[in-house]
Amino acid sequence: MNAPLKIQTIHGLEDVLSAAARKREADARPVLTVSSGTCGQARGSLKVIDALGDALTKAGLREEVNVRITGCHGFCEAEPNIIVHPHDLFYQKVGPQDAESIIGETIRKNTVIENLLYKNPATGKTVRREDDIPFYNKQKRIVLGENALINPTKIEDYFAIGGYGSLVRALSAMAPDAVIAEISLSGLRGRGGAGFPTGLKWQLVRNAASTNGGAKYVICNADEGDPGAYMDRSILEGNPHRVLEGLMIGAYAMGANTGYVYVRNEYPLAVKHVTMAVEELRRRGLLGENILGTGFHFDLQIKRGAGAFVCGEETALLASIEGRIGEPRPRPPYPAQSGAWGKPTCINNVETWANVPSIIRRGAKWFAGIGTETSKGTKVFSLVGKITNTGLVEVPMGMTMREIIEDVGGGIPGGKTFKAVQMGGPSGGCIPKEKIDLPIDYESLSQAGSMMGSGGMVIMDEDTCMVDVARYFLSFIQDESCGKCTPCREGTKAMLEILTRITQGQGVESDIALLEQLAPAIKETALCGLGKTAPNPVLTTLRYFRSEYEAHIRDKKCPAHACRPLNVYTIDPVACLEKGHGCGQCLRNCASEAIAGQKNKSHVIDPAKCTKCGVCVDVCRFGAVRVH
Amino acid sequence: MTEERVSEIVAKYQGDAGSVIAVLQDVQEEFHYLPSPALRRISREMAVPLSRILSLATFYRAFSLKPRGRHIVTVCQGTACHVRGGPKILEEFQRKLGLKSGDTTKDNMFTLETVACLGCCAIGPVVVVDGEYHAQTTIGKVETILKQYARR
Repeated sequence: MNAPLKIQTIHGLEDVLSAAARKREADARPVLTVSSGTCGQARGSLKVIDALGDALTKAGLREEVNVRITGCHGFCEAEPNIIVHPHDLFYQKVGPQDAESIIGETIRKNTVIENLLYKNPATGKTVRREDDIPFYNKQKRIVLGENALINPTKIEDYFAIGGYGSLVRALSAMAPDAVIAEISLSGLRGRGGAGFPTGLKWQLVRNAASTNGGAKYVICNADEGDPGAYMDRSILEGNPHRVLEGLMIGAYAMGANTGYVYVRNEYPLAVKHVTMAVEELRRRGLLGENILGTGFHFDLQIKRGAGAFVCGEETALLASIEGRIGEPRPRPPYPAQSGAWGKPTCINNVETWANVPSIIRRGAKWFAGIGTETSKGTKVFSLVGKITNTGLVEVPMGMTMREIIEDVGGGIPGGKTFKAVQMGGPSGGCIPKEKIDLPIDYESLSQAGSMMGSGGMVIMDEDTCMVDVARYFLSFIQDESCGKCTPCREGTKAMLEILTRITQGQGVESDIALLEQLAPAIKETALCGLGKTAPNPVLTTLRYFRSEYEAHIRDKKCPAHACRPLNVYTIDPVACLEKGHGCGQCLRNCASEAIAGQKNKSHVIDPAKCTKCGVCVDVCRFGAVRVH
Repeated sequence: MTEERVSEIVAKYQGDAGSVIAVLQDVQEEFHYLPSPALRRISREMAVPLSRILSLATFYRAFSLKPRGRHIVTVCQGTACHVRGGPKILEEFQRKLGLKSGDTTKDNMFTLETVACLGCCAIGPVVVVDGEYHAQTTIGKVETILKQYARR
């Protein structure tokens, strides 16, 4: 075999694509698809892959079975999982010890291993195929679906499923203006937060005159800093070529010759896979001068973030790309006029770029047929927190919160009640259970005081304190504020001090009014998006959960028992003695020596010594520690 | 620390405008922190004022000007980890190691750090030690994790 050759022409690439597709079609071997994104690896997928390899070698089937290592399939709860093809059996929570039986039973004898199947908690019945799991069957996976089909480190896998076919189409059959018209017609809006129409942004960059040599830039914002959102990580890890194809189509449409992918360094696997993808493209001649003989020049660089949340803000991101500290600057001028190195620049986030190849391949009309009047297509959400099925879900815009939480997410675990969903990270807000039938689109969410943001959806139950959540986000913002403008630097600090005081039982009656006065002042005067939206978590919790604030201030009580300084811890003597026989686990783990007792005697907490750390609650296996 | 290694890293990025941050990242990867002589050498070789290098090194959270321990323990403080008890996990590490986050144990064995979000929200609370992910940590697992690395 020769080393992969540079592809010189459009026809050359078409031949490569169809050869890859034919090869995949002709491969009749069974396939074991193992999900191995960061979450999968954290749950041991690499050991499972090794064990499968050993079991196959032992069975003499090493070459007879295709083990495909993929990125995340979204159902994080079930990681690591394996899809067995043929039959598309879905085995979940697989361990290395299961490898031999998967080979021996399923591959050799076509027998289904019942105890590896997913069990629907609602019906108690096992489910064989991924598509039949409630978590998946209400989803529409335009962006995420391919993650289960390809090994992200192999460009051939992406070729074989039609990857880079949209680039071929754009370069060979569409003028740059036609590409922009298609994106505009599709109604695609930015998936990173504000929801700006993508086609319009592209048009602005295309129209902008560039001085001194005419350079323009396209940037993929993969600085996914919103805590609770990780769809961009999963897309870059599991399907980097889809994002790069989108970037290349955009660069062609806007006349840009250089692109950057700005990716968080906290995502090592995403950095690795996207770097490999760029190198592979360069090797194949798909980056560089005169790509495919079309006269299109384009090259890409990876820039790693260095742990600053504010760099997700576009002007701060530009500063960081230029090697400066990530301080935002006032807009206008917008990056479309004056971006990287002062040149017209288009910045879109990962999910936005990842939608582009599908729109070019299947047409704007198809895309615009999904979603609502003003919000088209699908959106990926990370469904996390107090939810049964945690994971990444991709649903058509306009689906209600209830459908996502109850049908896709499987509701709240442990018999607890749903309280609120936090959306949009530190810039967003909490939506209460009364609004659970809200359709999810850009406008409905902002009317409710929240925002789409990048799609983090943190579910909260009765044990979550909303004042603590507001304090959490303000403390996050305080940590991440770059310090350039006073409203954000000092204003959020003042808000955090008030919230901290309230959660520690030191709140005073006037605190709520003070928060309500500070919030609009910060919103109106802060320099960038980070500061302008920072008060949102406080404002929405005040709007929907005012009584919780009042309970902390007036009664010095946290209704959810989450603000530990307000709690009182005692041990139920009956439960301690009868169930636990005075096991002493709490005593051994109490760092402040506040617990007295001995074996076969009930234990007692000394309130004078108790520091309210709550460790005793967590370590007691008999539920004997009571929180008041 | 060998200063030649720093020069090699600088050379790798030659001609790449805006690469100071990448150079600092690679130097930190090499030495686990940013030694002062390295910063001076970068300043000299890249013709960037030392003041600007220090402003970068102190602005970005990823950089450390202090030497760090043999094992880096990173406790995620993202929203999903927070509602699942992330703060308690951090407190337990602080108690067990006898330090505040950002500090290193006296025997240089562990440095305790926090991160805003690792994007592994489904398996929280998450702790990462030397790049290895520990899912669904509990207070009880903290000691086990520390013991596992203290031996290495």
